[in-house]
Amino acid sequence: MPAATDLSLYATPDDDGRLSMDLAVDGVTCGACIGRIEGAVKQLPGIAEARLNYTNRRLHVVWTGGALEPSRIVEALEANGYHGHPFVPLRAEQEEAAEARRLTRCLGVAGFAAMNIMLLSVSVWSGNSSDMTGETRDFFHWASALIALPAAAYAGRPFFQSAWRALKARSTNMDVPITIGVVLALGMSVVETAHHAREAYFDSAIMLLFFLLTGRALDHAMRRRTRAVAGNLAALKADTAHRFAGDEIVTVPAAAVRAGDRLLVKPGERVPADGTIVTGRSEIDESLTTGETARRRVAPGDTVYAGSLNYDGALRLTVTAAGGATLIDEIETLLEKAASAKSRVLRLADRASRIYAPVVHATAALTCIGWLLAGASVHDAIVTAIAVLIITCPCALALAIPAVQVVAAGALFRANVILNTGDAIERLAVADTVIFDKTGTLTLPEPRVTAAENIDPGLMQIAARLALSSRHPLAAALAHEASPRVPFDGAVEEPGQGVRAMVGGVEARAGSAAFCGTPEAAPLPGLSHIYVVHGARAAAIAVAQRLRPDATETVARLRGLGLDVRMLSGDRAEAAAPVAKALGIRQWGAALKPADKIALIEDLKRQGRRVLMVGDGLNDAPSLAAAHVSLSPISAADLTRAQADAVFLGASLAPVADAIVAARRARRLMSENLVLAVVYNAVAVPIAIAGLVTPLIAALAMSGSSLLVTLNALRARRGGAT
Amino acid sequence: MNVLVYLVPLALGLGLAGLFAFLWALRSGQYSDVDGAALRILDDDDVQGTG
Repeated sequence: MPAATDLSLYATPDDDGRLSMDLAVDGVTCGACIGRIEGAVKQLPGIAEARLNYTNRRLHVVWTGGALEPSRIVEALEANGYHGHPFVPLRAEQEEAAEARRLTRCLGVAGFAAMNIMLLSVSVWSGNSSDMTGETRDFFHWASALIALPAAAYAGRPFFQSAWRALKARSTNMDVPITIGVVLALGMSVVETAHHAREAYFDSAIMLLFFLLTGRALDHAMRRRTRAVAGNLAALKADTAHRFAGDEIVTVPAAAVRAGDRLLVKPGERVPADGTIVTGRSEIDESLTTGETARRRVAPGDTVYAGSLNYDGALRLTVTAAGGATLIDEIETLLEKAASAKSRVLRLADRASRIYAPVVHATAALTCIGWLLAGASVHDAIVTAIAVLIITCPCALALAIPAVQVVAAGALFRANVILNTGDAIERLAVADTVIFDKTGTLTLPEPRVTAAENIDPGLMQIAARLALSSRHPLAAALAHEASPRVPFDGAVEEPGQGVRAMVGGVEARAGSAAFCGTPEAAPLPGLSHIYVVHGARAAAIAVAQRLRPDATETVARLRGLGLDVRMLSGDRAEAAAPVAKALGIRQWGAALKPADKIALIEDLKRQGRRVLMVGDGLNDAPSLAAAHVSLSPISAADLTRAQADAVFLGASLAPVADAIVAARRARRLMSENLVLAVVYNAVAVPIAIAGLVTPLIAALAMSGSSLLVTLNALRARRGGAT
Repeated sequence: MNVLVYLVPLALGLGLAGLFAFLWALRSGQYSDVDGAALRILDDDDVQGTG
């Protein structure tokens, strides 16, 4: 059967008739990879451009239309030891990139203006205390205005637009007081300069914008980075499907499958879309969808769900539903959610600004009235009131939370945790109960060989190296044991039965009992056997779900952190009990339907608990949504991963505990920063009301408080490991 | 003090030159792969003129 791979779904044409494709590349480890990858791709015919972005591990390829099959690019990478996974760049991501560029441009303009105005301002401050003439000062002030007004008009747009949107929606956010402060400071400075005043606030207004833009650009960069990683992981996981085009079979990305398509699912592959079996019989593993570890026998007419693993026989199915469960939609929802996610404290900060803005504006108004009553001139009273507004501009307050979030997300990233939602950090910090799913969460996603010590090591090696030639899911578990990882020459796989090869002149077989001609071992729950024969030697190798290597330590550590650890499984009680016992989890439940899990979580919530749910199966997705905060391993079903607040990588369970430690530290720093911002205001506002704030004091106070808050946030860096 | 009349514009001009250099660098994608740029400089394949 010819099996071509059709990747044309991923190739996008441009105006010059050229095609381009983006690939997430797996296996990029060092600088030398850049040259090797680009070199390999450039040797293909018709390639116009190949550039690897080392930061986000993505390769962009442009070639002349028709010159080359896109699959050749993947093959070229494969030949050099890299895995390339094409993907369609999401529109949300492109918009993000444009927004990031806009913020950086604004930051550059604000930085330029702040530096040059400060140059002039310092001259004025020192001139004011020596012998500067009035004409020179006016010249310096007008020069400042010349820089400040256009720069503010350009660099302030992100804040002005956001404030305008908020006001139009009849609400207020942090950007409203910022905008009012900046506009009034600039307006007053122009008027003062026209009246040959000694002081102007151009530098304060621009510096304020510069600091705020820094915070915003950092926040944005952090979110883009985690998003790029999430996008790559999704591309790495993207499944393919074998679709019948007439009698021929074409391999297409699972995303290209439509309802009504006829597909072939080979043994060892995951079912790419929901469908009905037309021909073929097999056993399928639905642990990713239901948590059930026992396999289900399927026959023509049965329905199979996307994500199930096909074990024994080839299946032909008609797709009933492609959308909904397939990857692209889920990435979209995942990313949309990530985009709309804003920290709860950020939202709290927005709510605080609803109180904050009126308080600040009332204080300014009262200052003005107070000075008028005290007999000051109208001009002096207004200048003092505006000084109050400038000094209270929520610079430190607006940096307090994003700064911590950026640093904490970086620390979590290094601890192999990727955030999906912005406010996950805070919700993680307050969790007091952890509920684990069993299959794929406490246990490794794939089965592993157990009790290997009971098998003759020589025979085990033969079995393991035979398994390297098999596509059967259980064989993957056995193949882990092989060293060297070299398959036997001439090994032949009999689909659904096993593998045979000549080893040392004698035939060796590994596979089912019937295939090896050995008696079946006694069936045990949760245990599967692979049989192996080599001459007179024979053995039954047990394969079972195994706990993650550090599951016991992590559960103990979570308890040490004061968390109540529980387990809820969709699997049978006899499969769940040994796991609970091994981990010392006293409160556990088994054979639970998704609705049961939700009911138990709701119960805990009513008791005032904040539940952290850790799960991977499709059946866990609703419980993840119901819980206060949720985590899932990267091997989880797509829908589940999209539902989780954060995703952790690798075979280790430690990131769960690491995430909680880092989140608690981040939350403490956020509160500290908010307190610092309040203390700053408590000190600075009376000085401003007293009319003692000069532009010099304003500059020192604003940069001092922003610096303090940022430095405090950097302490979250140490949150990753303990 | 007349020296200020051309020193201040000169300072501003230098600042503007820096700003335009930054904006150009941003537009031409110099900041799109900051980690890769640090490694590409060590690669001497371009000496043979493949670029």
